[in-house]
Amino acid sequence: MADVMEKIRDIIVDRLKVDPSEVTPDASFVEDLRADSLDVVEMVMRLEETFDITIPDDDVEKLRTVGDAVAYVERRLKEKAGV
Amino acid sequence: MGLWDETEPVVVTGIGLLTCLGIGVEKTWQGILEGRSGIGRIQSFDPSPFPTQIAGEIRDLDPETYLDPKESRKMDRFVQLGAIATLMAMEDARLKVTAANAERIGLCIGSGIGGAFTWEENHTNLLNKGQRGVSPRFIPMMIANIAAGHIAILIGAKGPNLATITACATAAHAIGVAAMTLKMGLADVMIAGGTEAAITPLSLAGFCSMKALSSRNDEPEKASRPFDAKRDGFVMAEGAGILILETLSHAVKREAPIIGLIKGFGMTGDAYHLTAMPPDGDGPSRSMKMALKTARLSPNELDYINAHATSTPLGDPTEVKAIKAVLGPDAYSTPVSSTKSLHGHTLGAAGAVESIICLLSIRDQILPPTINLEEPDPECDLDFVPNTPRKATVETTLCNSFGFGGQNASLIITKFDRAHL
Repeated sequence: MADVMEKIRDIIVDRLKVDPSEVTPDASFVEDLRADSLDVVEMVMRLEETFDITIPDDDVEKLRTVGDAVAYVERRLKEKAGV
Repeated sequence: MGLWDETEPVVVTGIGLLTCLGIGVEKTWQGILEGRSGIGRIQSFDPSPFPTQIAGEIRDLDPETYLDPKESRKMDRFVQLGAIATLMAMEDARLKVTAANAERIGLCIGSGIGGAFTWEENHTNLLNKGQRGVSPRFIPMMIANIAAGHIAILIGAKGPNLATITACATAAHAIGVAAMTLKMGLADVMIAGGTEAAITPLSLAGFCSMKALSSRNDEPEKASRPFDAKRDGFVMAEGAGILILETLSHAVKREAPIIGLIKGFGMTGDAYHLTAMPPDGDGPSRSMKMALKTARLSPNELDYINAHATSTPLGDPTEVKAIKAVLGPDAYSTPVSSTKSLHGHTLGAAGAVESIICLLSIRDQILPPTINLEEPDPECDLDFVPNTPRKATVETTLCNSFGFGGQNASLIITKFDRAHL
């Protein structure tokens, strides 16, 4: 699942123009990575596209840190694979 | 004529310019003085399916050289061009926004079309992926007023913030409205002008369908040829022009470099046709007359007219008629040029690009030429400064911009001379 972290880091670096070293599991999108509300929506769209999943708005609110996003995507991918 | 000439003079203290002739004021001016065309085959997409395949694109521009990458990514190209021109103009004016002056510095920056690239990209995504393919940034990147809003965020200016949208007269109106804002005491500094980056497949197709564009694809550098008998339409171009306008007292107080005066402003409506000027040039001539009146100048005091003339068969002779209606016999002894022959038609940026050219003409005492004037149309019989620049005494200039919708604006831009105030 290191793969998921890597892909998410690439999306964040591309969208938010932050240094890859800032993208740690504990980093908060809003406070640490300086994302605004539109950045968050854009990132969610990129996550949906990259991992071929749909992320309901209610779930978006729970994705506060990079680690939250990685864990969420990993869980959804497992569900999708029927594991 | 009422409040305009009874209120405080408005001066220009800085200019910023990007055109297909070059990035920056001096590079563009150098191209003009060399009589060089900035028009070429379109490179940003494959133009081969279109009857017109040429335009004035700004090449070799990396916006991130000037702008924070995180902010630049949130901007359509038209906003990027406007933001870069603003930073250049602020540096020229030695203007810094501080906590003390922020609320007295405003912006009036328009665009004729707005975020054309963003619009097309998102429409394609809508067709391919549905609603969820459309970016949350689509609307705030595309709307034509957003340059003024986004640039204010970059520089921290909190004064009046607005945009004019009057097609090809956008930037001339922006400068005039910004000057009025200063004269009414609503701000001390207004950052004014226009920006355009609309060379996209959809806008190209639209202008092609109107038969408005030159299709001289085999000789791009000769395509924009105002007043010439063989002109066949205008050439779209990218561009941004920004002027720092200030009340005279504010400019003097902060010891800013003063490079010119916004002496007069006129604006009228044709109420005639969506895209064509009235055959007698009534709206444009009334616009010029109003500008002269606000400036308290007689027509024979003009040293130079930067014409709107876009190189269309109908528009150019109509403007000539309008100039004759205003100047009378003096029309024949007043130099008139269309610098669109060099930098193409920058649409919503034109009034600012060309106002800056008037200021440079005053600075260097040189009249910019109309290039590609090989065989003048018999109906266009004024002194168009053909093909090469000319040394002259230039103190009082008039700059015309006429937009679709019959929306006309004229600015009188003069040398700053404290003795005459």
